[in-house]
Amino acid sequence: MMADNPNPDLDIPETDGPEAVTPAQKPQNKGVKRRIFLAGSALLVGGGIFGVWWTDSGVKAKAKALTVGKGEHGFLTWMKIADDDTVTVYSPHIDFGQGSHTALGQMLADELDAAWDKVKIEQAPADLAFANVPLVKGFLPDMAGETLASLLPDAVAGIMARAMPVQITGGSSAIRFTGEAGMRKTGAAVRMALIAEAADRLGVPESELTTATSVVTHAKSGKSLRYGELAAGAAERSLSSDPVLKTRDQWTLIGKPVPRRDIPGKVDGSAVYGIDFTLPDMRVATIAAAPVRGGTLVSVDETPALAVQGVEQVVKLPDAVIVVAKGYWQALKGLQALAPKFTDGGHGAVSTPAIYAAQAKLRQAGKPDNEGGAGDVEAAFTAAGAQVIEAEYRVPFLHHAMMEPFALTGHYKDGTLHLWGGLQDPLSTRARAAKAAGLEVDQVVFNPMIMGGGFGRRFPDIVEIIDQIALLAKQVPYPVKLIWSREEEVRHGTYRPQSSAGLKASLKDGTITGFRMDYAQSGNAEGEVPFIYNLPATSRRHFAYQSNQIDGPWRSVNATQIGFYTESFMDELAAAAGEDPYQFRRKHLPAGSRHLAALDMVAKRSGWGTPLPQGVGRGIAIVESFGTVVAEVVEASVKDDGSPKVLRAFAVVDCGTTVNPLNAEAQIMGGMIMGLSSAIGEQVTLDNGAVVQSNFGDYPILKLADAPPAVDVHFIESEAKTGGIGEPGLPPASPALANALNAVTGKRIRNLPLLNQAQA
Amino acid sequence: MAISFTVNGKQVSVEAEGDTPLLWVLRDDLGMTGTKFGCGIAACGACSVHIDGQIARSCSVSVSEVAGTSITTIEGLKAADGTLHRVQQAWIDAQVPQCGYCQSGQIMAAVALIEQVGSPSDAQIDTAMTNICRCGTYPHIRTAILAATSQAAASLEGAA
Repeated sequence: MMADNPNPDLDIPETDGPEAVTPAQKPQNKGVKRRIFLAGSALLVGGGIFGVWWTDSGVKAKAKALTVGKGEHGFLTWMKIADDDTVTVYSPHIDFGQGSHTALGQMLADELDAAWDKVKIEQAPADLAFANVPLVKGFLPDMAGETLASLLPDAVAGIMARAMPVQITGGSSAIRFTGEAGMRKTGAAVRMALIAEAADRLGVPESELTTATSVVTHAKSGKSLRYGELAAGAAERSLSSDPVLKTRDQWTLIGKPVPRRDIPGKVDGSAVYGIDFTLPDMRVATIAAAPVRGGTLVSVDETPALAVQGVEQVVKLPDAVIVVAKGYWQALKGLQALAPKFTDGGHGAVSTPAIYAAQAKLRQAGKPDNEGGAGDVEAAFTAAGAQVIEAEYRVPFLHHAMMEPFALTGHYKDGTLHLWGGLQDPLSTRARAAKAAGLEVDQVVFNPMIMGGGFGRRFPDIVEIIDQIALLAKQVPYPVKLIWSREEEVRHGTYRPQSSAGLKASLKDGTITGFRMDYAQSGNAEGEVPFIYNLPATSRRHFAYQSNQIDGPWRSVNATQIGFYTESFMDELAAAAGEDPYQFRRKHLPAGSRHLAALDMVAKRSGWGTPLPQGVGRGIAIVESFGTVVAEVVEASVKDDGSPKVLRAFAVVDCGTTVNPLNAEAQIMGGMIMGLSSAIGEQVTLDNGAVVQSNFGDYPILKLADAPPAVDVHFIESEAKTGGIGEPGLPPASPALANALNAVTGKRIRNLPLLNQAQA
Repeated sequence: MAISFTVNGKQVSVEAEGDTPLLWVLRDDLGMTGTKFGCGIAACGACSVHIDGQIARSCSVSVSEVAGTSITTIEGLKAADGTLHRVQQAWIDAQVPQCGYCQSGQIMAAVALIEQVGSPSDAQIDTAMTNICRCGTYPHIRTAILAATSQAAASLEGAA
């Protein structure tokens, strides 16, 4: 079998283990897009690998071997039909509660005209044959431009997806790319093949046949054939690459509130998450890595751990120590008995204030590495009669706090490393594990499992536990499950970057004439967070700053901080102009735009402008991210201790089409609450290079009593391209809340978290 | 040492160090993984179970403390014939879980609350439901608790 990576140049540095380069030298992770871009560039420029990769028939044969059993008939890599009419849909995305498996199944089943109760949705195997082609094509226009992207044939996108390899869940991409281009197209093409097969069997023209609930019917003769009866023949036919998709009025499943398939197992304790997985004779291990990221292990006396009952072994890694025991508690006790010595990797002076100071200096005296926007802001600022407003904003590192701590089980047996657990990209998990273990990719089998949250933390590029389990499993003769303690989670996160910004704008006659944002952080956000206001002169300059931390994508990525800066400052400008924040935004948004429609709708639903009780304020904000426009209003008051109390919350969303309204509402609601949680109390701070916080005691997540009792979520169905839904609910939440507090207290809070800053 | 107690109506005896948290006895020794590990310091509630009918965070209760008690976990809520507890059914009806990891603990907390007060008020829900959900399902949790006790779902009207 051919090596899984035909082009070593595609193995980009991000997948290096932490031991390979120090974090400070590590390239910034920009998540999905960066990986696709790098691989895409290599292909478009180099172009040398086209002839040596899988042919499409090879991919199909591999997929078939992995998934299609007796009495079943495979179609592409996306689905199969069994003789008993069961349709199995393979999702290349992980479902960690966002409901994408159900929604993707709805999209395929609708185009297929399949009976929904006979449709199963399964996780696609972590194999290159199931690499996600539509995802590559979906992201490409953002990176290479529409024209270049449109020139890319599907076959080349397939090569890219398999070469990277891409099976990512992230970038709010499942529905808008995989669903639209993969699921719907496949369902429609297979339906056409079933009709063609039926036409031949019945000896009637295709045009006289109709389909519904997994049956092809010929009304004239009253004859019909089940999909299960037609599947074997249909699977031998070539599928249309350009099938006609249903129009909106023909949908029977898309847009319907179909209950999620995964929920029953999540209410009776039967769902098996990665951390729940067990094997006979399995041991459990836990780990402590160097407290300062970039540090290494100097020495450890193993004796105290080995004296703990149930502890079997202490394993040293270059930057960590692992204790292996019969169960987690014994391993933890053993670990806590140790006093390992680590270096600080030269990062002992890093602290949160030092990072802000360095960022401020960079913004004042450094050179931006990217500038977006148009027009001459300097001219606007210096124009006669211009009213100039300036402000500085800061946001801290944020921890993902997925409720299931990292847990991966590994078993190295007969030259093959078997892994079980939940990660956002099964294929690149396999690649990273192989590299860490010094194995070929086809010597690693990864079995994806249900995940207890992710929020961006489970992208293999930034998941060190893959290296840790690979190294550990190779050293022990039995299966071993490595579990991170919550303390390890909090202290060794790959955080949303600590970021700061200087904002400056000019007003003339109550209208913005120039708007500039200088922001310092690791990654460049340009192209990711569109600037939605229609202004004569804008500038967004990114100043690249990298600390000793590995920054990771955190739900909605850069849109949270850019949204907080922009939408808080818009309120400051409204105040300077002496105008209502809603009306002020309104007049700067393009007439007839989706943004204006969403803003007007949220104002209407929230009763913007109507009287409020004493001590209650309203805040409004609007952010577009992942192709979706979300406008939010928050009503809040200030508690006796100075912390915010959110009373009511409203969100209006334009994501084009909502595939499953139940899911979509839940995602927007959850995103908004996560945004409020982070704004109110969350921060990771550094002192002497190490993370100060350790657990939920000092990293508080919003609880039920402090969350809004309900979130009013309203969708505007538009003709816009289908946008993401998992992330866009989050970014407007923090500025909407800060703006509401400002309405109560008159005090502008520019640094997150809000904590008790609203205190009078 | 051997420690005996009842789990979901069945008598069990485990060989464990007395300081082992109940959570890890349930998960690692008894193979009952519906009760989840979230923080280990009784801060998140993912490990919530009932001990003699009282809600408890099993990561911070040592197994020696539960000797002779009767414990109910998420696996023990269903009726003998498999019928879901009305709170579990309400969770499905309101499509509460997202990632689902915290929901065993949320459901155990809700059942304990309802068994204690009957039909809880919003204020009682606020006080009792202190488990962390990172997915932000709280409004749906509230809706499900109210529905399970035949009360109207939370409405935005009057919430302020």
